[in-house]
Amino acid sequence: MNIVVSLKQTFDTEAKIVLTGGKIDATGVNVVINPYDEFAIEEALKLKEKFGGEVTVVSVGGDKVEASIRTALAMGCDQGVLVNDPTLENVDEWAVAEILAKAVAQIPYDLILAGRIAVDDGSSQVAVRLADSLNLPSVSSILKLDIEGDKATVVREIDGGTETLELSIPAVLTAQKGLNEPRYPSMMGIMKAKKKELKVLTLADLGISAADVASKMSAPKFSLPTPRTAGKKMSGEPAEQAAELAKLLREEAKVI
Amino acid sequence: MKFELNDDHIMMRKMVRDFAEEEVKPGAEERDEEEKFPMDLWKKCGELGLAGVTFPEEYNGVGADYISYAITIEELSRVDASLGVTISAHSSLCANPIYKFGTEAQKQKYLAPLATGEKMGAFGLTESLAGSDASGTRTTAVKVGDEYIINGSKIFITNGYYADTYVITAQMDKSKGNKGIAAFILEKGTPGFTFGKKEKKMGIRSSATYELVFEDVHIPAENLLGEEGQGFKIAMTTLDFGRIGIASQALGIAQGAYEEALKYSKERSQFGMTLSQMPVIQFKLADMAIQIEAARLLVYQACYMADQHLPVSKYSAMAKAFAGDTANFVTSEAVQILGGYGYTRDYPVERMMRDAKITQIYEGTNEIQRVVVAANILKD
Repeated sequence: MNIVVSLKQTFDTEAKIVLTGGKIDATGVNVVINPYDEFAIEEALKLKEKFGGEVTVVSVGGDKVEASIRTALAMGCDQGVLVNDPTLENVDEWAVAEILAKAVAQIPYDLILAGRIAVDDGSSQVAVRLADSLNLPSVSSILKLDIEGDKATVVREIDGGTETLELSIPAVLTAQKGLNEPRYPSMMGIMKAKKKELKVLTLADLGISAADVASKMSAPKFSLPTPRTAGKKMSGEPAEQAAELAKLLREEAKVI
Repeated sequence: MKFELNDDHIMMRKMVRDFAEEEVKPGAEERDEEEKFPMDLWKKCGELGLAGVTFPEEYNGVGADYISYAITIEELSRVDASLGVTISAHSSLCANPIYKFGTEAQKQKYLAPLATGEKMGAFGLTESLAGSDASGTRTTAVKVGDEYIINGSKIFITNGYYADTYVITAQMDKSKGNKGIAAFILEKGTPGFTFGKKEKKMGIRSSATYELVFEDVHIPAENLLGEEGQGFKIAMTTLDFGRIGIASQALGIAQGAYEEALKYSKERSQFGMTLSQMPVIQFKLADMAIQIEAARLLVYQACYMADQHLPVSKYSAMAKAFAGDTANFVTSEAVQILGGYGYTRDYPVERMMRDAKITQIYEGTNEIQRVVVAANILKD
């Protein structure tokens, strides 16, 4: 069973976001595999252990993304494909999905897995658009996956409960937290990872031009949440302080 | 000259740090309090390849370099120095002498399961009358037919009781002094081989430290490590490399305590400002950071010498002495910065300060390290 995992590199979840000239500044920020994509990798590796086959990690991004693909290879994935093209500076979800679709089309697959959301921009679009582009069924936020022949049984999270679905594969499934516990790459895995193939492709290699995937959307502005203001300190006699506090809770905070 | 880790090292550090933060740190305080040896964590370390970092793949090792090994011990010790020394003693003091001096058959039989962590290793050199001076060794080995018969005891043995494989030294000919000593591989469960007292220690309390007792222990002649009379040399070479592990452990302890102090200094306010805004605390943090960076460079330089197969003795002794002193300075300053809270067991710096002390004592006291350094620089 051959599986493709779509991977996105994101900022470390503890990274401090700094805006420089209205843009998110990536200088000195630790980057990691999107945590939800780690669930997808783990699930792919478990299926590989059960059914055999190969796991290919596919991503769109810059040079730095190679480190994240190597980490996936160290965890046990077999090969990586990175679409790295200088024209891909600010791409929207539609464009990424179109590029991934072209890249995935060159790889034999029975299943495509991805994280349900990327922790940076949180749009949850790429995997679903990829399914659409490849004309495949898709289920998001899965918590359990069983495969028998060409039938997949998945349990997914829905509001207030879960839903069990059956579908045929190939399909695109996105992983929710709780699907599994991602493994650490082992020392042996890290040593082996550098010997595995990591193919770096340009748009031309995929037979598409920058115009074919010109973004339909742009993000002209980013803003940070309002910083927390300093607390207020009451003064005076305890009774006065209590009265003042009650007044503020009622009139300013409006909580009583 | 390149002052940067390669991609493998960076990935290894992240992996060991993630493992240490998520799986090792949460129970460290409780294990220290209860002096509980973490067999479950040992098993996980084995699965991740942390038990056989420097050994070749043909003996089931990872085949990585000494920098990778130092990073492993450093990152484990950053949250739990006890687990750090468990891995260090196993790798450096038991698996390594078998790798360096063992026959092919000994490597297949003993090194391979040690490298995967299926078996745990320990090293028995120290005796009640033979500490820094190994010539005081009283444990004896007598060759009878195709066996050696061992009598005596060893003290302060890290991983004792829990380990499966022991490399020990014994005197075969007292008249020859150090040249009469031989090294042997001994299996747990061999009749006559028992464990004495478990030490109650100041620090690294969740690592196991036991006395080994030998009463007419018969071991097959094929378990002689190296040659008769080579035991002292094997022990000294083992310690030359072992000190890289202890230096890394000390470095990790210092790094962990420094990070705790740095974090606390930004949160704690007195006199209307955070501690980190006070010059007196800033200078403390700066001194801690300077010492740690210098220690790290010395440790990695010792690793470089080992990886290049250059003489390691002087550098590993320097690294161990400096990193051990650094760990004691930094943990003490960290407790000072945390003040009354730092002195309690509610914060980890108290444990780190207790853990740091041993790094100036074992695998050669820091006074012995200076003897080694002096001998090296005066011999030319």
